[in-house]
Amino acid sequence: MSAGGDIAGAGARAARVTPRWLKQARRVMASRPASILIYLAVIWAIVATALNGAEAMGYNWQWYRIPRYFFEAVEGGIVLGEIPWGLVGTLALSATAFLLATFIGLIVALLRLSDLIVGRWVARGFLEIVRNSPLLVLLYVFYYVFGPIFGLDRYSASVLCLAVFHGALISEIFRAGINAVAKGQWEAADAIGMTRWQVYRYIVLPQSVRFMLPPMTGEVVNMIKSSAIVSVIAVAELTTIGRNIISDTYMSFEIWFTIAAVYMVVTLIISTGATLLERRYTVRD
Amino acid sequence: MNPGASSIIELTGVSKYFGPFKALDDIKLTVRTGERVVVCGPSGSGKSTMIRCINRLEEHDEGKIVVDGIELGEDTQNIRAVRQDVGMVFQQFNLFPHLTVLENLTIGPIRVRKMEKAKAEALARQYLDRVHIPEQAGKYPAQLSGGQQQRVAIARSLCMEPRIMLFDEPTSALDPEMINEVLDVMVELAGTGMTMVVVTHEMGFARKVADRMVFMESGRIVEVAPPAKFFSDPDSDRARLFLDQILEH
Repeated sequence: MSAGGDIAGAGARAARVTPRWLKQARRVMASRPASILIYLAVIWAIVATALNGAEAMGYNWQWYRIPRYFFEAVEGGIVLGEIPWGLVGTLALSATAFLLATFIGLIVALLRLSDLIVGRWVARGFLEIVRNSPLLVLLYVFYYVFGPIFGLDRYSASVLCLAVFHGALISEIFRAGINAVAKGQWEAADAIGMTRWQVYRYIVLPQSVRFMLPPMTGEVVNMIKSSAIVSVIAVAELTTIGRNIISDTYMSFEIWFTIAAVYMVVTLIISTGATLLERRYTVRD
Repeated sequence: MNPGASSIIELTGVSKYFGPFKALDDIKLTVRTGERVVVCGPSGSGKSTMIRCINRLEEHDEGKIVVDGIELGEDTQNIRAVRQDVGMVFQQFNLFPHLTVLENLTIGPIRVRKMEKAKAEALARQYLDRVHIPEQAGKYPAQLSGGQQQRVAIARSLCMEPRIMLFDEPTSALDPEMINEVLDVMVELAGTGMTMVVVTHEMGFARKVADRMVFMESGRIVEVAPPAKFFSDPDSDRARLFLDQILEH
Protein backbone atom coordinates (compact mmCIF):
# COMPACT_ATOMS: atom_id res chain seq x y z
CA MET A 1 0.00 0.00 0.00
CA SER A 2 1.31 3.44 -0.76
CA ALA A 3 1.07 5.06 2.63
CA GLY A 4 3.78 7.68 2.35
CA GLY A 5 4.06 11.17 0.98
CA ASP A 6 1.17 12.85 -0.79
CA ILE A 7 -0.06 15.25 1.87
CA ALA A 8 -2.66 16.85 -0.41
CA GLY A 9 -4.52 13.57 -0.82
CA ALA A 10 -4.21 12.58 2.82
CA GLY A 11 -7.65 13.82 3.83
CA ALA A 12 -9.40 11.96 1.04
CA ARG A 13 -7.38 8.86 1.72
CA ALA A 14 -8.07 8.79 5.45
CA ALA A 15 -11.60 7.61 4.77
CA ARG A 16 -10.20 4.57 2.99
CA VAL A 17 -8.12 3.21 5.87
CA THR A 18 -8.58 -0.55 5.95
CA PRO A 19 -11.12 -1.52 8.65
CA ARG A 20 -9.92 -3.74 11.44
CA TRP A 21 -12.15 -6.72 10.61
CA LEU A 22 -10.80 -6.78 7.06
CA LYS A 23 -7.23 -6.80 8.33
CA GLN A 24 -8.05 -9.67 10.66
CA ALA A 25 -9.78 -11.56 7.88
CA ARG A 26 -6.70 -11.12 5.72
CA ARG A 27 -4.47 -12.39 8.46
CA VAL A 28 -6.62 -15.49 8.90
CA MET A 29 -6.65 -16.13 5.15
CA ALA A 30 -2.87 -15.84 5.01
CA SER A 31 -2.29 -18.23 7.93
CA ARG A 32 -0.91 -21.66 7.25
CA PRO A 33 -3.98 -23.83 8.11
CA ALA A 34 -6.24 -21.60 6.02
CA SER A 35 -3.78 -21.73 3.09
CA ILE A 36 -3.64 -25.51 3.21
CA LEU A 37 -7.43 -25.76 3.34
CA ILE A 38 -7.85 -23.45 0.37
CA TYR A 39 -5.15 -25.31 -1.52
CA LEU A 40 -6.78 -28.70 -0.89
CA ALA A 41 -10.18 -27.33 -1.88
CA VAL A 42 -8.84 -26.06 -5.21
CA ILE A 43 -7.02 -29.33 -5.96
CA TRP A 44 -10.08 -31.32 -5.03
CA ALA A 45 -12.26 -29.19 -7.30
CA ILE A 46 -9.92 -29.74 -10.24
CA VAL A 47 -9.52 -33.48 -9.70
CA ALA A 48 -13.22 -33.99 -9.08
CA THR A 49 -14.13 -32.11 -12.25
CA ALA A 50 -11.65 -34.16 -14.25
CA LEU A 51 -12.85 -37.44 -12.78
CA ASN A 52 -16.51 -36.53 -13.31
CA GLY A 53 -15.76 -35.58 -16.86
CA ALA A 54 -13.92 -38.82 -17.47
CA GLU A 55 -16.76 -40.78 -15.93
CA ALA A 56 -19.34 -38.90 -17.96
CA MET A 57 -17.54 -39.90 -21.17
CA GLY A 58 -17.31 -43.44 -19.88
CA TYR A 59 -13.51 -43.48 -19.60
CA ASN A 60 -12.15 -46.77 -18.42
CA TRP A 61 -9.22 -46.12 -16.05
CA GLN A 62 -6.53 -48.77 -16.30
CA TRP A 63 -3.80 -47.56 -13.96
CA TYR A 64 -2.87 -51.17 -13.17
CA ARG A 65 -1.42 -51.47 -16.67
CA ILE A 66 1.06 -48.60 -16.16
CA PRO A 67 3.81 -50.18 -13.98
CA ARG A 68 4.90 -52.60 -16.68
CA TYR A 69 5.90 -49.68 -18.85
CA PHE A 70 8.46 -48.82 -16.19
CA PHE A 71 9.88 -52.24 -15.50
CA GLU A 72 8.91 -55.84 -16.02
CA ALA A 73 9.87 -58.90 -14.06
CA VAL A 74 11.07 -61.59 -16.38
CA GLU A 75 12.89 -64.76 -15.62
CA GLY A 76 16.36 -63.92 -14.38
CA GLY A 77 15.63 -60.39 -13.18
CA ILE A 78 13.97 -57.10 -13.94
CA VAL A 79 13.95 -55.44 -17.35
CA LEU A 80 13.47 -51.71 -17.84
CA GLY A 81 10.31 -50.82 -19.68
CA GLU A 82 9.70 -48.32 -22.44
CA ILE A 83 9.28 -45.24 -20.27
CA PRO A 84 12.73 -45.40 -18.61
CA TRP A 85 14.28 -45.90 -22.03
CA GLY A 86 12.34 -42.92 -23.32
CA LEU A 87 13.66 -40.91 -20.39
CA VAL A 88 17.22 -41.97 -21.24
CA GLY A 89 16.57 -40.78 -24.79
CA THR A 90 15.26 -37.44 -23.53
CA LEU A 91 18.22 -36.94 -21.21
CA ALA A 92 20.79 -37.87 -23.86
CA LEU A 93 19.14 -35.57 -26.39
CA SER A 94 18.88 -32.69 -23.90
CA ALA A 95 22.43 -33.11 -22.63
CA THR A 96 23.95 -33.12 -26.12
CA ALA A 97 21.84 -30.18 -27.21
CA PHE A 98 22.63 -28.29 -24.01
CA LEU A 99 26.39 -28.67 -24.41
CA LEU A 100 26.13 -27.41 -27.95
CA ALA A 101 23.78 -24.62 -26.89
CA THR A 102 26.23 -23.46 -24.21
CA PHE A 103 28.97 -23.31 -26.80
CA ILE A 104 26.78 -21.39 -29.26
CA GLY A 105 25.59 -19.11 -26.48
CA LEU A 106 29.13 -18.25 -25.42
CA ILE A 107 30.23 -17.48 -28.98
CA VAL A 108 27.17 -15.32 -29.66
CA ALA A 109 27.58 -13.46 -26.36
CA LEU A 110 31.28 -12.78 -27.02
CA LEU A 111 30.46 -11.60 -30.54
CA ARG A 112 27.81 -9.24 -29.20
CA LEU A 113 30.23 -7.81 -26.66
CA SER A 114 33.10 -7.56 -29.13
CA ASP A 115 34.42 -4.45 -30.82
CA LEU A 116 33.71 -5.93 -34.24
CA ILE A 117 30.69 -4.23 -35.76
CA VAL A 118 30.13 -7.18 -38.10
CA GLY A 119 30.30 -9.59 -35.14
CA ARG A 120 27.78 -7.57 -33.16
CA TRP A 121 25.36 -7.44 -36.11
CA VAL A 122 25.68 -11.14 -36.89
CA ALA A 123 25.04 -12.02 -33.26
CA ARG A 124 22.14 -9.61 -33.02
CA GLY A 125 20.58 -10.96 -36.23
CA PHE A 126 20.92 -14.54 -35.08
CA LEU A 127 19.39 -13.71 -31.74
CA GLU A 128 16.40 -11.87 -33.16
CA ILE A 129 15.63 -14.51 -35.79
CA VAL A 130 15.78 -17.38 -33.35
CA ARG A 131 14.05 -15.63 -30.50
CA ASN A 132 11.18 -14.54 -32.68
CA SER A 133 10.40 -17.86 -34.35
CA PRO A 134 8.31 -20.56 -32.67
CA LEU A 135 10.35 -23.59 -31.68
CA LEU A 136 8.06 -25.88 -33.69
CA VAL A 137 8.61 -23.85 -36.86
CA LEU A 138 12.34 -23.86 -36.23
CA LEU A 139 12.24 -27.64 -35.89
CA TYR A 140 10.37 -27.98 -39.19
CA VAL A 141 12.96 -25.72 -40.85
CA PHE A 142 15.81 -27.83 -39.51
CA TYR A 143 14.19 -31.14 -40.42
CA TYR A 144 12.40 -30.41 -43.69
CA VAL A 145 14.71 -27.69 -45.09
CA PHE A 146 18.20 -28.05 -43.63
CA GLY A 147 17.76 -31.82 -43.32
CA PRO A 148 17.72 -32.56 -47.07
CA ILE A 149 20.17 -29.74 -47.86
CA PHE A 150 22.87 -30.73 -45.38
CA GLY A 151 21.95 -34.38 -45.08
CA LEU A 152 20.83 -34.24 -41.45
CA ASP A 153 19.00 -37.21 -40.01
CA ARG A 154 16.09 -36.58 -37.67
CA TYR A 155 18.22 -36.93 -34.55
CA SER A 156 20.91 -34.46 -35.66
CA ALA A 157 18.26 -32.04 -36.88
CA SER A 158 16.59 -32.20 -33.46
CA VAL A 159 19.84 -31.69 -31.55
CA LEU A 160 20.86 -28.77 -33.75
CA CYS A 161 17.44 -27.15 -33.58
CA LEU A 162 17.30 -27.36 -29.78
CA ALA A 163 20.92 -26.18 -29.52
CA VAL A 164 20.30 -23.16 -31.73
CA PHE A 165 17.04 -22.23 -30.01
CA HIS A 166 18.46 -22.48 -26.50
CA GLY A 167 21.86 -21.15 -27.59
CA ALA A 168 20.18 -17.84 -28.37
CA LEU A 169 18.60 -17.71 -24.92
CA ILE A 170 21.82 -18.82 -23.23
CA SER A 171 23.78 -16.11 -25.04
CA GLU A 172 21.64 -13.55 -23.23
CA ILE A 173 22.41 -15.25 -19.92
CA PHE A 174 26.13 -15.11 -20.69
CA ARG A 175 25.87 -11.50 -21.75
CA ALA A 176 24.10 -10.48 -18.57
CA GLY A 177 26.57 -12.49 -16.45
CA ILE A 178 29.56 -10.91 -18.16
CA ASN A 179 28.10 -7.41 -17.84
CA ALA A 180 27.45 -8.02 -14.15
CA VAL A 181 31.20 -8.22 -13.47
CA ALA A 182 32.45 -4.85 -12.22
CA LYS A 183 34.14 -2.57 -14.76
CA GLY A 184 37.14 -2.23 -12.44
CA GLN A 185 37.90 -5.91 -12.97
CA TRP A 186 38.36 -5.30 -16.68
CA GLU A 187 40.55 -2.30 -16.01
CA ALA A 188 42.74 -4.11 -13.50
CA ALA A 189 43.20 -7.02 -15.90
CA ASP A 190 43.87 -4.68 -18.83
CA ALA A 191 46.34 -2.75 -16.71
CA ILE A 192 48.56 -5.79 -16.21
CA GLY A 193 48.63 -6.32 -19.96
CA MET A 194 46.25 -9.25 -20.39
CA THR A 195 44.79 -9.96 -23.82
CA ARG A 196 41.04 -9.79 -24.30
CA TRP A 197 40.89 -13.57 -24.27
CA GLN A 198 42.92 -13.81 -21.05
CA VAL A 199 40.68 -11.27 -19.35
CA TYR A 200 37.64 -13.41 -20.18
CA ARG A 201 39.29 -16.71 -19.38
CA TYR A 202 40.94 -15.85 -16.04
CA ILE A 203 39.08 -12.84 -14.66
CA VAL A 204 35.60 -12.25 -16.05
CA LEU A 205 34.07 -15.64 -16.82
CA PRO A 206 35.04 -17.21 -13.46
CA GLN A 207 33.30 -14.33 -11.74
CA SER A 208 30.23 -14.48 -13.99
CA VAL A 209 29.52 -18.08 -13.03
CA ARG A 210 27.63 -17.20 -9.91
CA PHE A 211 25.48 -14.69 -11.79
CA MET A 212 24.77 -17.23 -14.51
CA LEU A 213 24.12 -20.33 -12.45
CA PRO A 214 20.47 -19.66 -11.51
CA PRO A 215 19.26 -18.74 -15.02
CA MET A 216 21.34 -21.56 -16.55
CA THR A 217 19.56 -24.11 -14.37
CA GLY A 218 16.33 -22.67 -15.65
CA GLU A 219 17.58 -23.27 -19.17
CA VAL A 220 18.47 -26.91 -18.42
CA VAL A 221 14.91 -27.44 -17.20
CA ASN A 222 13.50 -25.60 -20.23
CA MET A 223 15.66 -27.68 -22.53
CA ILE A 224 14.36 -30.94 -21.09
CA LYS A 225 10.81 -29.73 -21.43
CA SER A 226 11.16 -28.33 -24.93
CA SER A 227 12.95 -31.49 -26.09
CA ALA A 228 9.47 -33.06 -26.04
CA ILE A 229 8.72 -31.20 -29.24
CA VAL A 230 10.94 -33.50 -31.30
CA SER A 231 8.24 -36.14 -30.89
CA VAL A 232 6.53 -34.47 -33.89
CA ILE A 233 9.30 -35.83 -36.08
CA ALA A 234 9.29 -39.14 -34.19
CA VAL A 235 12.70 -38.97 -32.55
CA ALA A 236 12.86 -41.63 -29.85
CA GLU A 237 12.40 -39.92 -26.49
CA LEU A 238 9.96 -39.79 -23.61
CA THR A 239 7.07 -38.01 -25.33
CA THR A 240 7.39 -40.09 -28.47
CA ILE A 241 7.29 -43.22 -26.32
CA GLY A 242 4.14 -41.88 -24.70
CA ARG A 243 2.51 -41.39 -28.07
CA ASN A 244 3.53 -44.85 -29.17
CA ILE A 245 2.14 -46.53 -26.07
CA ILE A 246 -1.14 -44.64 -26.45
CA SER A 247 -1.51 -45.64 -30.07
CA ASP A 248 -1.19 -49.25 -28.91
CA THR A 249 -3.35 -49.08 -25.81
CA TYR A 250 -5.63 -46.00 -26.02
CA MET A 251 -4.81 -45.22 -22.36
CA SER A 252 -4.22 -41.54 -23.10
CA PHE A 253 -5.23 -40.20 -19.69
CA GLU A 254 -3.02 -42.51 -17.67
CA ILE A 255 -0.03 -42.26 -19.98
CA TRP A 256 -0.02 -38.47 -20.30
CA PHE A 257 -0.38 -38.08 -16.54
CA THR A 258 2.51 -40.49 -16.08
CA ILE A 259 4.74 -38.86 -18.69
CA ALA A 260 4.10 -35.44 -17.18
CA ALA A 261 4.97 -36.78 -13.74
CA VAL A 262 8.24 -38.25 -15.03
CA TYR A 263 9.24 -34.90 -16.56
CA MET A 264 8.33 -33.17 -13.34
CA VAL A 265 10.37 -35.52 -11.16
CA VAL A 266 13.45 -35.04 -13.35
CA THR A 267 13.22 -31.25 -13.51
CA LEU A 268 12.51 -30.99 -9.76
CA ILE A 269 15.63 -33.04 -9.03
CA ILE A 270 17.69 -30.73 -11.24
CA SER A 271 16.29 -27.58 -9.65
CA THR A 272 16.99 -28.89 -6.18
CA GLY A 273 20.53 -29.87 -7.12
CA ALA A 274 21.10 -26.42 -8.59
CA THR A 275 19.90 -24.73 -5.41
CA LEU A 276 22.48 -26.69 -3.43
CA LEU A 277 25.18 -25.80 -5.96
CA GLU A 278 24.27 -22.11 -5.81
CA ARG A 279 24.57 -22.14 -2.06
CA ARG A 280 28.13 -23.41 -2.42
CA TYR A 281 29.02 -20.67 -4.88
CA THR A 282 27.73 -17.87 -2.68
CA VAL A 283 29.83 -18.75 0.36
CA ARG A 284 32.69 -16.51 -0.70
CA ASP A 285 32.59 -12.70 -0.39
CA MET B 1 66.08 13.63 -9.13
CA ASN B 2 68.64 13.27 -11.80
CA PRO B 3 68.14 16.20 -14.20
CA GLY B 4 70.06 14.49 -16.98
CA ALA B 5 67.77 11.42 -16.99
CA SER B 6 65.85 10.69 -20.17
CA SER B 7 62.12 11.22 -20.39
CA ILE B 8 60.01 8.09 -19.93
CA ILE B 9 56.53 9.57 -20.36
CA GLU B 10 55.78 12.29 -22.86
CA LEU B 11 52.39 13.84 -23.46
CA THR B 12 52.18 16.48 -26.16
CA GLY B 13 49.01 18.32 -27.15
CA VAL B 14 46.81 15.61 -25.61
CA SER B 15 43.07 16.26 -25.64
CA LYS B 16 40.22 13.98 -24.71
CA TYR B 17 36.47 14.40 -25.06
CA PHE B 18 33.59 12.71 -23.31
CA GLY B 19 30.91 13.60 -25.82
CA PRO B 20 30.89 17.38 -26.02
CA PHE B 21 32.77 17.70 -22.72
CA LYS B 22 36.47 18.37 -23.06
CA ALA B 23 38.07 16.33 -20.27
CA LEU B 24 41.66 17.03 -21.28
CA ASP B 25 42.67 20.19 -23.07
CA ASP B 26 46.03 20.33 -24.81
CA ILE B 27 48.02 18.57 -22.09
CA LYS B 28 51.78 18.79 -22.27
CA LEU B 29 53.75 16.88 -19.67
CA THR B 30 57.11 15.12 -19.60
CA VAL B 31 58.13 12.75 -16.83
CA ARG B 32 61.77 11.71 -16.55
CA THR B 33 62.98 8.29 -15.50
CA GLY B 34 62.95 7.99 -11.72
CA GLU B 35 60.93 11.14 -11.27
CA ARG B 36 58.01 11.37 -8.83
CA VAL B 37 55.20 13.56 -10.03
CA VAL B 38 52.17 14.32 -7.87
CA VAL B 39 49.07 15.51 -9.70
CA CYS B 40 46.47 17.48 -7.77
CA GLY B 41 43.52 19.69 -8.47
CA PRO B 42 39.78 19.94 -7.82
CA SER B 43 37.58 16.98 -8.68
CA GLY B 44 36.60 16.85 -12.32
CA SER B 45 39.79 18.59 -13.36
CA GLY B 46 40.97 15.65 -15.48
CA LYS B 47 43.68 14.24 -13.19
CA SER B 48 42.43 10.66 -13.34
CA THR B 49 41.64 10.90 -17.02
CA MET B 50 45.17 12.03 -17.71
CA ILE B 51 46.92 9.19 -15.93
CA ARG B 52 44.40 6.68 -17.32
CA CYS B 53 45.48 7.83 -20.78
CA ILE B 54 49.07 6.93 -19.95
CA ASN B 55 48.24 3.20 -19.96
CA ARG B 56 45.35 3.68 -22.36
CA LEU B 57 42.52 2.76 -20.06
CA GLU B 58 41.18 5.90 -21.71
CA GLU B 59 41.87 6.68 -25.35
CA HIS B 60 43.05 10.20 -26.09
CA ASP B 61 41.46 11.93 -29.06
CA GLU B 62 44.21 14.34 -30.03
CA GLY B 63 47.92 14.67 -29.46
CA LYS B 64 50.65 12.17 -28.84
CA ILE B 65 51.54 9.97 -25.86
CA VAL B 66 54.87 8.17 -25.80
CA VAL B 67 55.63 5.83 -22.91
CA ASP B 68 59.05 4.27 -22.62
CA GLY B 69 59.70 4.87 -26.29
CA ILE B 70 56.40 3.38 -27.48
CA GLU B 71 53.70 5.58 -28.94
CA LEU B 72 50.17 4.74 -27.83
CA GLY B 73 47.75 4.28 -30.71
CA GLU B 74 45.39 1.67 -32.08
CA ASP B 75 48.07 -1.03 -32.11
CA THR B 76 47.05 -3.51 -29.40
CA GLN B 77 50.54 -5.05 -29.30
CA ASN B 78 51.98 -1.66 -28.39
CA ILE B 79 49.27 -1.04 -25.84
CA ARG B 80 49.97 -4.34 -24.09
CA ALA B 81 53.71 -3.72 -24.20
CA VAL B 82 53.18 -0.36 -22.49
CA ARG B 83 50.78 -1.86 -19.96
CA GLN B 84 53.37 -4.42 -18.93
CA ASP B 85 55.80 -1.59 -18.24
CA VAL B 86 53.28 0.56 -16.40
CA GLY B 87 51.72 -0.54 -13.12
CA MET B 88 48.44 0.99 -12.04
CA VAL B 89 46.87 1.27 -8.60
CA PHE B 90 43.19 2.15 -8.51
CA GLN B 91 41.08 4.03 -6.03
CA GLN B 92 38.81 1.00 -5.60
CA PHE B 93 41.72 -1.53 -5.43
CA ASN B 94 40.08 -3.73 -8.11
CA LEU B 95 41.57 -6.92 -6.73
CA PHE B 96 40.27 -10.11 -8.31
CA PRO B 97 37.78 -11.37 -5.70
CA HIS B 98 37.75 -14.98 -6.94
CA LEU B 99 41.51 -15.39 -6.49
CA THR B 100 43.59 -15.57 -3.33
CA VAL B 101 46.07 -12.81 -2.56
CA LEU B 102 48.91 -14.94 -3.89
CA GLU B 103 46.96 -15.76 -7.06
CA ASN B 104 46.15 -12.08 -7.54
CA LEU B 105 49.87 -11.42 -7.53
CA THR B 106 50.97 -14.33 -9.71
CA ILE B 107 48.31 -14.27 -12.42
CA GLY B 108 50.00 -11.43 -14.29
CA PRO B 109 53.53 -12.87 -14.22
CA ILE B 110 52.25 -16.37 -15.11
CA ARG B 111 49.73 -15.50 -17.81
CA VAL B 112 51.20 -12.34 -19.28
CA ARG B 113 54.93 -12.73 -18.66
CA LYS B 114 54.76 -16.54 -19.08
CA MET B 115 56.77 -17.05 -15.91
CA GLU B 116 56.94 -20.44 -14.22
CA LYS B 117 54.53 -20.83 -11.33
CA ALA B 118 57.19 -21.48 -8.66
CA LYS B 119 59.21 -18.49 -9.79
CA ALA B 120 56.13 -16.26 -9.87
CA GLU B 121 55.17 -17.33 -6.36
CA ALA B 122 58.65 -16.57 -5.05
CA LEU B 123 58.40 -13.15 -6.67
CA ALA B 124 54.92 -12.60 -5.23
CA ARG B 125 56.06 -13.48 -1.71
CA GLN B 126 58.96 -11.09 -2.05
CA TYR B 127 56.60 -8.23 -2.94
CA LEU B 128 54.12 -9.22 -0.20
CA ASP B 129 57.04 -8.77 2.18
CA ARG B 130 57.71 -5.38 0.64
CA VAL B 131 54.15 -4.24 1.41
CA HIS B 132 54.34 -5.84 4.88
CA ILE B 133 51.61 -8.48 4.59
CA PRO B 134 53.41 -11.78 3.91
CA GLU B 135 51.00 -13.61 6.22
CA GLN B 136 47.89 -12.89 4.10
CA ALA B 137 48.98 -14.82 1.00
CA GLY B 138 46.31 -17.51 1.28
CA LYS B 139 43.36 -15.24 2.01
CA TYR B 140 40.77 -13.83 -0.37
CA PRO B 141 40.60 -10.05 -0.89
CA ALA B 142 37.23 -9.77 0.88
CA GLN B 143 38.88 -11.05 4.06
CA LEU B 144 41.32 -8.14 4.19
CA SER B 145 40.92 -4.55 5.39
CA GLY B 146 40.89 -1.75 2.85
CA GLY B 147 44.46 -0.76 3.63
CA GLN B 148 45.63 -4.33 3.23
CA GLN B 149 43.73 -4.69 -0.04
CA GLN B 150 45.34 -1.58 -1.44
CA ARG B 151 48.78 -2.83 -0.43
CA VAL B 152 48.03 -6.13 -2.18
CA ALA B 153 47.04 -4.10 -5.24
CA ILE B 154 50.36 -2.28 -5.12
CA ALA B 155 52.21 -5.59 -4.80
CA ARG B 156 50.19 -6.99 -7.71
CA SER B 157 51.38 -4.14 -9.92
CA LEU B 158 54.98 -4.48 -8.72
CA CYS B 159 54.97 -8.21 -9.56
CA MET B 160 54.88 -7.22 -13.22
CA GLU B 161 58.18 -5.43 -12.51
CA PRO B 162 57.05 -2.22 -14.17
CA ARG B 163 59.27 0.77 -14.88
CA ILE B 164 56.51 3.24 -14.06
CA MET B 165 53.81 3.19 -11.38
CA LEU B 166 50.59 5.16 -11.72
CA PHE B 167 48.44 5.79 -8.66
CA ASP B 168 44.86 6.97 -9.17
CA GLU B 169 43.77 8.40 -5.81
CA PRO B 170 45.05 5.31 -3.96
CA THR B 171 43.90 6.43 -0.51
CA SER B 172 40.59 8.11 -1.33
CA ALA B 173 38.48 5.00 -0.65
CA LEU B 174 40.22 4.17 2.62
CA ASP B 175 39.16 4.74 6.20
CA PRO B 176 41.40 7.42 7.74
CA GLU B 177 43.27 5.02 10.03
CA MET B 178 44.40 2.96 7.03
CA ILE B 179 45.71 5.76 4.88
CA ASN B 180 49.16 5.86 6.45
CA GLU B 181 49.95 2.18 5.99
CA VAL B 182 49.40 2.64 2.25
CA LEU B 183 51.30 5.94 2.06
CA ASP B 184 54.23 4.36 3.94
CA VAL B 185 54.49 1.67 1.29
CA MET B 186 54.38 4.33 -1.43
CA VAL B 187 57.11 6.36 0.28
CA GLU B 188 59.28 3.25 0.49
CA LEU B 189 58.61 2.59 -3.18
CA ALA B 190 59.68 6.13 -4.01
CA GLY B 191 62.91 5.39 -2.14
CA THR B 192 63.72 2.60 -4.62
CA GLY B 193 63.89 5.05 -7.52
CA MET B 194 60.65 3.98 -9.20
CA THR B 195 59.13 6.47 -11.62
CA MET B 196 55.80 7.44 -10.09
CA VAL B 197 52.84 9.52 -11.18
CA VAL B 198 50.44 9.93 -8.29
CA VAL B 199 47.02 11.54 -8.30
CA THR B 200 46.26 12.31 -4.68
CA HIS B 201 44.93 14.83 -2.19
CA GLU B 202 47.50 13.72 0.42
CA MET B 203 49.61 16.85 0.51
CA GLY B 204 51.86 15.53 3.29
CA PHE B 205 52.86 12.68 1.01
CA ALA B 206 53.36 15.09 -1.89
CA ARG B 207 55.66 17.30 0.19
CA LYS B 208 57.68 14.28 1.24
CA VAL B 209 58.26 12.49 -2.08
CA ALA B 210 57.30 14.69 -5.03
CA ASP B 211 59.95 16.04 -7.36
CA ARG B 212 57.30 18.11 -9.10
CA MET B 213 53.73 19.10 -8.40
CA VAL B 214 51.29 19.29 -11.30
CA PHE B 215 48.15 21.31 -10.66
CA MET B 216 45.21 20.76 -12.99
CA GLU B 217 41.91 22.49 -13.50
CA SER B 218 39.20 22.10 -16.16
CA GLY B 219 41.25 19.61 -18.13
CA ARG B 220 44.30 21.87 -18.32
CA ILE B 221 47.64 21.83 -16.53
CA VAL B 222 47.63 25.18 -14.78
CA GLU B 223 50.89 25.00 -12.91
CA VAL B 224 53.95 22.80 -12.61
CA ALA B 225 56.36 23.53 -9.76
CA PRO B 226 58.67 21.87 -7.24
CA PRO B 227 56.75 21.16 -4.02
CA ALA B 228 58.68 23.72 -1.96
CA LYS B 229 57.59 26.50 -4.27
CA PHE B 230 54.13 25.06 -4.99
CA PHE B 231 53.11 24.87 -1.34
CA SER B 232 54.62 28.16 -0.20
CA ASP B 233 54.23 30.42 -3.19
CA PRO B 234 52.22 29.09 -6.12
CA ASP B 235 52.15 31.26 -9.22
CA SER B 236 48.50 30.84 -10.09
CA ASP B 237 45.61 32.15 -8.04
CA ARG B 238 43.69 28.95 -8.72
CA ALA B 239 46.40 26.80 -7.14
CA ARG B 240 46.58 29.18 -4.17
CA LEU B 241 42.80 28.95 -3.69
CA PHE B 242 42.87 25.16 -4.00
CA LEU B 243 45.65 24.85 -1.44
CA ASP B 244 43.83 27.19 0.94
CA GLN B 245 40.76 25.00 0.68
CA ILE B 246 42.41 21.65 1.26
CA LEU B 247 45.01 22.75 3.79
CA GLU B 248 42.60 24.80 5.87
CA HIS B 249 42.22 22.24 8.65
